[in-house]
Amino acid sequence: MYQYNQYDHKMLAERVAQFRDQTSRYIDGKLNEAEFLPLRLQNGLYVQRLAPMLRIAIPYGLLSSRQLRKLAFIARHYDKGYGHFTTRQNIQFNWPELKDAPDILAHLAEVEMHAIQTSGNCIRNTTTDQFAGVAIDELEDSRPYCEIIRQWSTFHPEFAYLPRKFKIAVCGTVVDQAATQVHDIGVYLVRSHSHKVGFRILAGGGLGRTPMIGQEVFDFVEQKHLLTALEAILRVYNRQGRRDNKYKARIKILVKETGIEKFRKDVLEEWQRIKEGAQTLTDEEIQRCKSFFTEPSYLERQDSPNELIQALKSEPLFLKWYERNVRPHKQSGYAIVTVALKETGTAPGDITDTQLDYIADLSDEYSFGEIRVSHRQNVVLADVEQAQLYNLWQRLQRQSLANDNLGLLTDIICCPGGDFCALANAKSIPIAEAIQRRFDDHSELLDINEITINISGCMNACGHHHVGNIGILGVDKKGAEFYQISLGGSSQNDASLTKVLGPAFAEEEIPSVIEKIIDVYKNNRVEHEVFLDTYRRIGLEPFKDKIYAQAD
Amino acid sequence: MPKLIKNGALESDHWTILKEATGPEVLQATLNKNFVVPLKFWKTYNQEITEYSGETAIWLESDETVQDIGSELHNFALIALNFPSFTDGRSYSNARELREHFQYKGEIRAIGEVLRDQLFYMSRCGFDAFAIRHDQNPEACLKAFSDFSTGYQATIAEPEPLFRRR
Repeated sequence: MYQYNQYDHKMLAERVAQFRDQTSRYIDGKLNEAEFLPLRLQNGLYVQRLAPMLRIAIPYGLLSSRQLRKLAFIARHYDKGYGHFTTRQNIQFNWPELKDAPDILAHLAEVEMHAIQTSGNCIRNTTTDQFAGVAIDELEDSRPYCEIIRQWSTFHPEFAYLPRKFKIAVCGTVVDQAATQVHDIGVYLVRSHSHKVGFRILAGGGLGRTPMIGQEVFDFVEQKHLLTALEAILRVYNRQGRRDNKYKARIKILVKETGIEKFRKDVLEEWQRIKEGAQTLTDEEIQRCKSFFTEPSYLERQDSPNELIQALKSEPLFLKWYERNVRPHKQSGYAIVTVALKETGTAPGDITDTQLDYIADLSDEYSFGEIRVSHRQNVVLADVEQAQLYNLWQRLQRQSLANDNLGLLTDIICCPGGDFCALANAKSIPIAEAIQRRFDDHSELLDINEITINISGCMNACGHHHVGNIGILGVDKKGAEFYQISLGGSSQNDASLTKVLGPAFAEEEIPSVIEKIIDVYKNNRVEHEVFLDTYRRIGLEPFKDKIYAQAD
Repeated sequence: MPKLIKNGALESDHWTILKEATGPEVLQATLNKNFVVPLKFWKTYNQEITEYSGETAIWLESDETVQDIGSELHNFALIALNFPSFTDGRSYSNARELREHFQYKGEIRAIGEVLRDQLFYMSRCGFDAFAIRHDQNPEACLKAFSDFSTGYQATIAEPEPLFRRR
């Protein structure tokens, strides 16, 4: 992974010192609330319902075991012993004290981590496929480009006060795991006619209020022009994006109101001015960034070793876990393991300090000391020898980390919701739990097969409800918490937004509504059709009929 | 009277900023003063301004673009860019465009909500003068320019990005 040199270290230290000074001026009353607000947000600090919340950046979801142990330390010493992985591959702590924030940031800096630009109206953490570098369907590893974007966007002086937050995702695989099309900018690695790798760039996607799918601005950008192309889009957005209404300030509204043709023209005009400028990437820089993401020292191994075959035959529970949580690896004899943080009774994405330390140890033993975080709030050990899978599974069980529900109905995406978040209209964690409790039979889950349920406690859509096969949105109805259900979303290559089923439901109705939705699917599916395909074939009506007819 | 920081030091200001101007009579009343006038006003009363006032400069609101001025911008010793709110980031892009695209060499002054914690980024985008808000501590503001020793990007202050300097 990327290693800081003296420049990166120095700037990070300067940032910690800067925020320490800002925090003490705020505590001394020399900086007022409004003036401190964007400063603390750009250092990851929200003020939540119960305490400040600190959101720590995990650049493109990649962590070393050393960094994971530091997060465990922070959970233990500054929080109540747990953290929460988010849909943006970051981690949040819910209970730190504001006065401790500068110290926490200093601890993070020791392991090349920070909370820079994890909130506020600036360029946020760049995200990518959690399987980057090991996926079998990869064009090229996306992480060097993510790192290039990370550096360019970090402390960018021109884009620290944008109209609204700005999220960039990069995808280097055939199957899009990064929800790329619903980002403010989505970057796809593509090959030109002459087989050179470059970028197809979309803009104007986004969730939240008025969700939209991004539209193409550049069909092909050469590698060296990546940053100037991004900068051109950002500059047009910074100047033209609406600042009169917070809810219309995202780039998606600008692209929609301007029209993609005119928007593209403005961007190209800006790009022509800066295209060959100093920000043009050099081959040396691209090679330098690539050099941090080389393959680990894989051993010569065969696929499907005896140890694995035997264990799969003799241990049915291992087989169940293997079938869900293990994916093929580009290197023969290796596998990608996803640790699902979706234990019923624990908030999706939550992890304890003990588990953090434990996974750090396992990554050292089994996966070259690296860990990835997925936007579906799970953790990935990306380089595990197939012959070691059984041992690893046994070890995972000891810390309740061997959940075998990956990709199934109970692998729910869920924001912290009304239990923690000051923005939420409704709670979301208890909804996830109620659904998980209703669907507690593994063979039933396997029969239902692949399906995504995404839950957000408010319109801001941190739980990506617009792109869940089933989306659940918490709404406020005259002071009471209700839940609007919608169907048919996807964040993959065939990205689509959900359609609302009908009037919202009370909290206690949700599990039975989900049950009815599943019934309609089961009754209508043909052969091995998954939920989304059935929905796309039969449409919303059969679901509506079943659910609202019975309610009458 | 806002305090002025220029080239990293406190300076006395010999310009008067005309916040709003309805007609040329405001200039007539104070002959030969050096005025910074709103862009729209300058466009309408170009002739009169030249006649009545001493040196003239203009200031732009954050939603106005420097393209509106054309080649005449090089006649101004000073162009001020307003921050109606410190969270309105458009003037950062305007400053940068003035320097980078129009090769403007004169003074670019930040006016309006100019606060200590934004000075560093402003300076990187090409501002070289800062009319800090009246309640800002000038000594504290002077320190802001050394908040960071460098940056990753190509900027006006450091035209080469870090990857060309590592």
